[in-house]
Amino acid sequence: MGQTLTRTLASAIALSAGLFATAAIAQDDITIAMQLEPPHLDPTSAAAQAIDSVVYTNIFEGLTRFMGDGSVVPGLAESWEISEDGTEYTFKLRDGVTFHDGTTMDAEDVKFSLDRARAEDSANAQKALFAGISDVTVVDPQTVKITLKEPDGNFLFNLAWGDAVIVAPESIEDIKTNPVGTGAYTFSEWVQGDRIELTRNPDYWGEQPAIATATFRFISDPTAAFAAVMAEDVDVFTAFPAPENLPQFEADPRFQVLIGSTEGETILSTNNKQAPFDNVKVREAMAHAIDRQAIIDGAMFGYGTPIGTHFAPHHPAYIDLTGQSAYDPEKAKALLAEAGLADGFETTLHLPPPSYARRGGEIVAAQLAEVGIKAEIINVEWAQWLETVFKGKNFGLTIVSHTEPMDIGIYARPDYYFQYENPEFQALMEELTRTTDPDKRTELLQQAQRMIADDYVNGYLFQLAAITVAKAGIEGLWENAPTAAVDLTGVKWTE
Amino acid sequence: MLRYSLKRLLSLIVSLAVASVVIFAVIEVAPGDPASFMLGVNAQEDTLAALRAELGLDVPKVQRYFDWIGGLLVGDFGTSYTYRTPVAQMIADRMWVSLPLALYALALSTLIAFPAGIYAAARRGKPGDVAVMGATQLGVAVPNFWFAMMLVLIFAINLRWFGAGGFAGWDKGVWAGIHSLTLPAIALALPQAAILARVMRSALLDILGEDFMRTARAKGLTRRQALWRHGVRNALIPVLTILGLQFSFLLAGSIIIEQVFFLPGLGRLVFQAISSRDLIVVESVVMLLVFAVIMVNFLVDLAYALVDPRLRDRT
Repeated sequence: MGQTLTRTLASAIALSAGLFATAAIAQDDITIAMQLEPPHLDPTSAAAQAIDSVVYTNIFEGLTRFMGDGSVVPGLAESWEISEDGTEYTFKLRDGVTFHDGTTMDAEDVKFSLDRARAEDSANAQKALFAGISDVTVVDPQTVKITLKEPDGNFLFNLAWGDAVIVAPESIEDIKTNPVGTGAYTFSEWVQGDRIELTRNPDYWGEQPAIATATFRFISDPTAAFAAVMAEDVDVFTAFPAPENLPQFEADPRFQVLIGSTEGETILSTNNKQAPFDNVKVREAMAHAIDRQAIIDGAMFGYGTPIGTHFAPHHPAYIDLTGQSAYDPEKAKALLAEAGLADGFETTLHLPPPSYARRGGEIVAAQLAEVGIKAEIINVEWAQWLETVFKGKNFGLTIVSHTEPMDIGIYARPDYYFQYENPEFQALMEELTRTTDPDKRTELLQQAQRMIADDYVNGYLFQLAAITVAKAGIEGLWENAPTAAVDLTGVKWTE
Repeated sequence: MLRYSLKRLLSLIVSLAVASVVIFAVIEVAPGDPASFMLGVNAQEDTLAALRAELGLDVPKVQRYFDWIGGLLVGDFGTSYTYRTPVAQMIADRMWVSLPLALYALALSTLIAFPAGIYAAARRGKPGDVAVMGATQLGVAVPNFWFAMMLVLIFAINLRWFGAGGFAGWDKGVWAGIHSLTLPAIALALPQAAILARVMRSALLDILGEDFMRTARAKGLTRRQALWRHGVRNALIPVLTILGLQFSFLLAGSIIIEQVFFLPGLGRLVFQAISSRDLIVVESVVMLLVFAVIMVNFLVDLAYALVDPRLRDRT
């Protein structure tokens, strides 16, 4: 009897302790880890994605914004009107929006931000986004009118980029170390090399987010990344760098694994102006020499979607053209023979640091060797890659993931590093820019996808997967990565 | 003693001057423009030129070298290209992690190595010696990053005694700081301790065969007394040399260990700066490390003279 009572008491205590514990862990702080630390916190003057990962939609907002599914929705602009000819955009700004320093966000700030981005001495890494703007006028404090040189069907999309966020002249001086925006989170501390802390903004114009404080930590080593998540030192790891460990997290009830899509078309970039790649037969031969699934399995542990053209598979206008360049080494050899290269040839394969390139490159080189193409692997750092490959165009082949959203337009730039020159394609892109009708745009985009697939400009390998590992109790994280961002506004703990 | 010190000092200054030229040349010659790295693939030419001018990258290299050296001499380390904060400030912040870590590891390795080495020498050829030597063999062979991963696996993931990495910060208290440096310090210290123990043992064994040791025993000292009073003291010279070298290894080795434990130290700073072509940071930090290593060697040279009177008399 006594024993039973003790046991009942004990379980009652345990139970209430459990209840208290549950109440106590209605957690409202979160620790997010990512591989790279931002160099500074101004998204409007650097290309580093790590900056956007921390500040996009959290600290800074633009007139429009991306959602997790890639759609573009109103941001600081509540609504807009587009003139008949498509060259005038009149934006109505939201009421009562203030910057974190208390100053009001109005049409003057919008004009300041956009004029700053497109100015002569602008340090904006995506200055081309604003090249089409001819004038920004303040109509009244809540209304701003943007005039374009010619219609641009992509304009609202372009304004959603992190490089187009609205900043204030009052705080621009220190933006790199003390970012002041309009977002749901204010910047509180940056211990360089270690962490960045954000705090919920009580004066936010929109709905108050569930997370009160967020800490971003930077863990570049893949093994350390695995250990940090396993030891529960961090709650979320975005762009998790060790895909080989994912099965372990999937099997562990403490964690959840989110696999989505990024905007990263991973391609075997080919120098189209260099012999023998200036011969389309040779490029076609390479396309058939490559076994995409083997690369995805071998280099990415199965995570990634095969692509047959330079376009994101999750986009509604995507067409699957992988069949056109199916793995067929015999055909590749025949095509090489037709091109007069029956004995193959030698070339270089420049590989930047990410594992998709370094691991993928080994497999690509082996597959090319099967058909007689000897690619000498040259490992390079990013800075070196930019100098020799991107700027110097001194390469045969390279593997790169093109992570900018909707970037098929790079094929219309003959001076772009893979040097594809096709006036027909350029005309097509010009037509696309002028077109605002959605159906017509889809048709043009599909035509463009076919054209570069038919020309075998590059070896189209796979769409990079967005891999997030998180504690099981977290909800509302972006599964896909339409842009580099860790949007905290919808995130919450459920347990 | 004074002449000896002056001579050492002169060679120190020459070494530093040569090192600065080599560091600057090597880092500047490697391809990769910092501005285009920062602005990425879509940057326009005018934007790049504006940034280069802002960073002072448009002046000739020779002038940049002298500007840099001139700055270093008056304690101005320049401003980081990417972070846009003074390099001196960044180094000072990181030093609060790296220096304690190196000292912690040095202390640990000495604490392990001295007793182990002396014990092994005293028990030469017996099972105790064989066990210690076997363990040190293993310690020398195992790379410290692998060791670090094992420590994390056991003590952070399974036992949960420590975090998997990161640094709590000294503002959270000395204990919190030491706690977060413990696993990294052990990982750094063990391979060094293994080397040091072996050196200690062999140095002692050499000494034990000397005539003066026999004399010491003959005049009535026990084995133990002879070992401690005459043996260990004389074995200190080679051990000090290794200790001096090891301090440099500990600073350099922390580049890898700081990656594994994601500590915000100097090693991590250099690593980040190299991959982002933040030349001024790399140059200044490497120069500082060279300075530290040369200084330590200088101090070790002086310490020789203290330990061994013959050295100061001869020179």
